[in-house]
Amino acid sequence: MDVHSAPPLMTLPDPEQLLEHLYAQIKPRIQENTALVGIYTGGVWLMERLLKRLQTELGHDILFGKLDAAMYRDDYAQRGLKTSAHPAYIPFDINGKHIILIDDIFYTGRTTRAVMNELFDYGRPASVQLAALINRGGAQLPIRPDMVGADLPLQAHQSFELAMNTLGRLSLSISESASSAKPGVDDHV
Amino acid sequence: MNIVIKQGRLMDASQQLDQVKDLYISAGKIVAIGEAPNGFKADQTLDASGKWVLPGLVDLCARLREPGSEYKATLLSELRAAMAGGVTSLACPPDTDPVLDEPGLVEMLKHRAKSQALAHVYPLGAVTRQLQGQLLTEMYALTAAGCVGFSQADTTIVDTQVLWRAFEYAASFGYTLFMRAEDPYLAKNGVAHDGEVASRLGLKGIPSAAESIALQTMLRIGQATGVRLHIARVSTAESVELIRQAKQSGMQVTADVSIQHLHLTDMDIGFFDSMVHLTPPVRTQRDRDALRAGLLDGTLDAICSDHTPVDDDAKALPFAESHPGASALELLLPLTLKWAAQAKLSPTQALAKITQAPANILGVAAGDLKVGATADVVIYDPEMEWRVDGRALLSQGKNTPFVNHAVTGKVTTTFTQGNLVFQQENLQTL
Amino acid sequence: MYNPQLNAQGQLQHLLSIEGLPKRILTDILDTAENFVGVAEREVKKVPLLRGKTVCNIFFENSTRTRTTFEIAAKRLSADVLNLNVSTSSQSKGETILDTVNNLIAMHADMFVVRHQQSGAAHFIAQHVPPHISVINAGDGRHAHPTQGLLDVFTIRKYKPEMHNLRVAIVGDVLHSRVARSEIHALTTLGVPEIRVIAPRTLLPTDVEKLGVQVFHNMEQGLKDVDVVMMLRLQNERMSGALLPSSQEFFQTFGLTPERLALAKPDAIVMHPGPMNRGVEIDSAVADGKQSVILPQVTYGIAVRMAVMAILGGGNAA
Repeated sequence: MDVHSAPPLMTLPDPEQLLEHLYAQIKPRIQENTALVGIYTGGVWLMERLLKRLQTELGHDILFGKLDAAMYRDDYAQRGLKTSAHPAYIPFDINGKHIILIDDIFYTGRTTRAVMNELFDYGRPASVQLAALINRGGAQLPIRPDMVGADLPLQAHQSFELAMNTLGRLSLSISESASSAKPGVDDHV
Repeated sequence: MNIVIKQGRLMDASQQLDQVKDLYISAGKIVAIGEAPNGFKADQTLDASGKWVLPGLVDLCARLREPGSEYKATLLSELRAAMAGGVTSLACPPDTDPVLDEPGLVEMLKHRAKSQALAHVYPLGAVTRQLQGQLLTEMYALTAAGCVGFSQADTTIVDTQVLWRAFEYAASFGYTLFMRAEDPYLAKNGVAHDGEVASRLGLKGIPSAAESIALQTMLRIGQATGVRLHIARVSTAESVELIRQAKQSGMQVTADVSIQHLHLTDMDIGFFDSMVHLTPPVRTQRDRDALRAGLLDGTLDAICSDHTPVDDDAKALPFAESHPGASALELLLPLTLKWAAQAKLSPTQALAKITQAPANILGVAAGDLKVGATADVVIYDPEMEWRVDGRALLSQGKNTPFVNHAVTGKVTTTFTQGNLVFQQENLQTL
Repeated sequence: MYNPQLNAQGQLQHLLSIEGLPKRILTDILDTAENFVGVAEREVKKVPLLRGKTVCNIFFENSTRTRTTFEIAAKRLSADVLNLNVSTSSQSKGETILDTVNNLIAMHADMFVVRHQQSGAAHFIAQHVPPHISVINAGDGRHAHPTQGLLDVFTIRKYKPEMHNLRVAIVGDVLHSRVARSEIHALTTLGVPEIRVIAPRTLLPTDVEKLGVQVFHNMEQGLKDVDVVMMLRLQNERMSGALLPSSQEFFQTFGLTPERLALAKPDAIVMHPGPMNRGVEIDSAVADGKQSVILPQVTYGIAVRMAVMAILGGGNAA
């Protein structure tokens, strides 16, 4: 599909609703050995929201972690190391676990690739699935999200910005970059 | 050969001369200023309008590296550099290999220099054999061979009894001693001024006291023995004050400062620039200001180039391992005039520090434009602006700490004994 | 002002000295190092950042310990590591430092980690390498040991995050110490308000006060109420002679004993760059005591060196 020629969106959905939609898909997949792993920065917010509700509704603790994958990105040689990277947080034994990765915007798939590489340096999970709030299209690798809040195609020079206010409420906006985005450079902010 | 240099600004402090006049040269001598002598018929006429006409410079310390270090420089390469810098007379210290401590070596050097017919080379003989500070050299025989004085170069006589005797012996014959003051223990392994910069860079320092302690000893022995003492390459404010006091007390002592020390401080070492690795080390701004003040009030008599050509390999090393020294013959004149401009001193008075004063210290007839004097004459373009580039130096030593410094003025023509020995190329375009 | 460590964009090109580095760069290195601390605890103790790169440890002065920490750091970043002990090879055959460096450039090394007995050697090498090669100073003469300075402030920040409120004492042979110089610059750049040096006059550089420190010649006065005590190693050759009469007298006057440490704040930490001379500069009871963070320093040292290499090794197309 040629997402790059898609018309600009007139109205943006409420990310709270998208999260609701995503929650409905994740909940039935939670098993005893499932762990949620949020991808910085937006994915970690989403993971924390999902985790809290899942634990309340299911009545048991769920394993969780946070990853950044700055040390695994394929644009290191071009762009160097991100100075605002976050330390990885995987406080459980990953071997044999069913991992659900949580990201905010799915774009090229390169972040997912980096995160999976990092994940496997902790051990051998039983399975890995990907949940994304929005799939904006434009994958450059054979990677697609297993669960999405919405498919919202976007032009190449645009990008979604997910924000969270002090009350923890999510909001979505579109930012335009003057020069068209370098392909394969980044897939979320 | 009759030469007339027309309409140049003639400058010579020894006769308070600073006027636009014609200068007449015949048979290697200056024969007239202003009016042509009777029957003078010029073979060559040079138009020096807009230029300065100066006596050839006299340098108290220039290393020619022969014999022994021909890979660093040769007599020919350095004498050509001297000509390009307008230095027509120079004294060379005895730290060659072998050391200038035997009459035969001095005769050989004089002969080799004379055959080039470029600058007048005045060797300084070693005070002690092999410069080892123990046994005196044959000063009488060395003088007969052509030495105009004696020196320990950058080494010291540690044994104060030997020092005392060397001073007494030289005094007996009226020879001049050219001594650098440095206590070898306090200076041991030092490569930079012992102060904030050396402490930050982790370089072993040479304290100012290393110079003052040795200087006090020399001044005291000089006073007791009455020797003609010249203190070479003073580097500290303290030394300037000690020499000032000695002169005030009536002692016969003279002193010089190198052109490097007149312009640079230890801050110029920057990030370990080995070009600023010098002996003695360049010191603080305060020291440099005191050296400049000492030169103005006559405490310091002369400026020398302390020309020390060093090969590229010996400079391409970490600071402390690099060989000290700067190639400076070609920069002595413009940098002296740069100082004069900064110090608001007339060029004529400044020129005395590199002509008349060093000639007097060496006791040689040079450094003036008097009628009857040897025609060592320099034509200088005071307007030409250029940037120092080590690669462009004629000296085999490309090692200058003044790389990229802006200077104004360049020698265009040099005569020694009435012979044209240097002419700046593409002069027409200047 | 021109700084040979930074490129035209103001990014770190070489790490030669802490002096002259802006605070933002020091903070970037320390923050990045936080991310690397956990790498050693994973099943695969490696990240792929320097995969396919060659890091060359050129040691003109022998130091197994320092070389090993750089080697581990480079290997955890997936680099290939070449160790060259020049003090025992080419230098004795008359090869110059530049010959050695040019040979390694011809072998397509990407990063040089350099130790040399002369101050300024790392600057010298950095001036003579092509722009795609980075040089890390692993200690040059008495001048600088920037990664040690960084790991020391990293350690301090871990235990005492309020850098603006600290009183730090550096004890021992400051004169010959590149570690002390780098520590002083790192601490002042990060805003530590009070840095003391404690040593006899013979072991202090001229004008050391101008580096921004207070001088003490007495341990009891100098340690009073400090938050951090940084001990320096006293080299064997300095222990007797004209600098110091004997190691025993040094321990009596400047050794860190439990009694003296009690004068510092009760929660003060004790640091040492290693290797320690027990009974000369530090009492074993202190070195192995509760306030000692000497072993964490070693662990953090690897993370800090990884951070420096990772920052220097990336973004070549920027």
